[in-house]
Amino acid sequence: MSKKDYMFIFHGGSYDGLSPDEVQKNMEKWFGWIEKLRNKGVYKAGEALEKTGKMLSQKNGKYIVDGPFAESKELVGGFFIVEAGSLDEAVEMAKDYPDFSNGGSVQVREVRVIPEP
Amino acid sequence: MNHSEAHQLAEHLFRREAGRIVSTLTRVFGIDRMELAEDVVQEALLKALQQWPYKRIPDNPSAWLMQVAKNRALDILRREQNFREKESAIVAEFDHHSTGEYEELFLENEIHDDQLRMMFACCHPSLSEESQVTLTLKTLCGFSSAEIARAFLTNEETINKRLVRAKQRLRDANVELEIPAGGELLSRLDAVLKAIYLLFNEGYKASHGDDLIRRELSDEAIHLCRVLMEHPAGKSPSASALLALMLLHAARFPARMDDQGNLLLLKMQNRSLWDRRMIVEGITYLDQSADGELITEYHLQAGIAACHCLAPSYEDTDWEKILMLYNMLIQANDSPVVLLNRAIALAKVQGPEAGVKTIEEIRSSKRLDSYYLLYAVLGELYFEMKRYEEAATHFRRALELTSVRSEQDFLSRKLEDVTKFNMN
Repeated sequence: MSKKDYMFIFHGGSYDGLSPDEVQKNMEKWFGWIEKLRNKGVYKAGEALEKTGKMLSQKNGKYIVDGPFAESKELVGGFFIVEAGSLDEAVEMAKDYPDFSNGGSVQVREVRVIPEP
Repeated sequence: MNHSEAHQLAEHLFRREAGRIVSTLTRVFGIDRMELAEDVVQEALLKALQQWPYKRIPDNPSAWLMQVAKNRALDILRREQNFREKESAIVAEFDHHSTGEYEELFLENEIHDDQLRMMFACCHPSLSEESQVTLTLKTLCGFSSAEIARAFLTNEETINKRLVRAKQRLRDANVELEIPAGGELLSRLDAVLKAIYLLFNEGYKASHGDDLIRRELSDEAIHLCRVLMEHPAGKSPSASALLALMLLHAARFPARMDDQGNLLLLKMQNRSLWDRRMIVEGITYLDQSADGELITEYHLQAGIAACHCLAPSYEDTDWEKILMLYNMLIQANDSPVVLLNRAIALAKVQGPEAGVKTIEEIRSSKRLDSYYLLYAVLGELYFEMKRYEEAATHFRRALELTSVRSEQDFLSRKLEDVTKFNMN
């Protein structure tokens, strides 16, 4: 079975009210998860995104610059790229995401590959 | 990367760092900005959480956190009008710490002093003991209000209110962040030791509440006492005695409960589970505590704890020495628990009859008619005297008086034992 790349997109979640100890425990879960993926040899990349940013769009030929984003619910906090044999397998890997309990969610998407002609 | 990144972080590192950074930022920005310090520390920790896993843990995590928190605090303060005048002085204060070849050492010393100043402020005599302990946990130990509430079996709102009031009182009283000197040092140090002692006891009273977090209270108390003693101003025979006392009690934590979570009396504990390393350390501090002329309650309690820790078995305990220490202790502290414990030691030395007689005296003089432990001990002594009916009566009375489950279970088992003996 050929491997494909999948992107995990992390949405929302709030760390409000976590104590320093809880922050550290959460971080340890993140390290544990990444380490597990690395040990399997499937972790390819990952980045965290700052909360600040702009939303750029165009209306009637004019640029509209919006933001920064007020609501963190929809905010993308970061992403991973992992290798998996199937979407199901990728979803299985995403189940270790540490922030479900903080209200976060993971979008799992296959990276499209344009076949060589 | 094959090694585990997560294991590079010391246990409770964030909690400890939060306390250190809040102390330093509060010194720089003033005690009235304590909340700002707490907020920016929280932001720094969250920033670490969102960055480190993707990259790596910085070489010096503590310095990273301090830097991020400091920058954020300056960002916020720069937006305030009246801050501009003071800014250059404050920035200079920071720069002062980040130049020169002794940077690291100096910084460490300063931060350590800051923690001590904060300790003295949190245990300021203008605050109630309850507020002192709560504020210490929040600012110095990095506990959240929710965690404190869990430990004290109350709700978060109560804790938040208590914290707001305590901070207000410190502002009203113009409390300075300082290490007291001269004659004031001793009395202020006493207050700090008392707060640490109360914190430890809060964790030591097992039997109800969230046991894990309560155990952490005791660990924090030990940690604070160590921080205190690393400083010349805090290093005193009383502090050594308190640390000894806490270590000699904490050493026995692992044996205090059976597999079902029932509390075990000293007599029933598996002594091989006691933490030998802690006992050795406790004894070392107890030796150090004999340096001065003063004998505090901590000295006596630590001495009693040492007798238990060093005894090969319950029966082979130096009860005479324990009784002697209790005889001294009741001069300073005649609380029911101390009196009862003395009566137990007395019963061991002079026989159960003497114990019963003393407890009956305590009952009438202290009007302790509804104290369950008194009846539990009486039951035990009558049992030893093979007066099973009286033993049963007292165990039953004790059972009526406690609502704590592990104690109820314990007494029920006692009552069953007595009934068995009584029938034979």
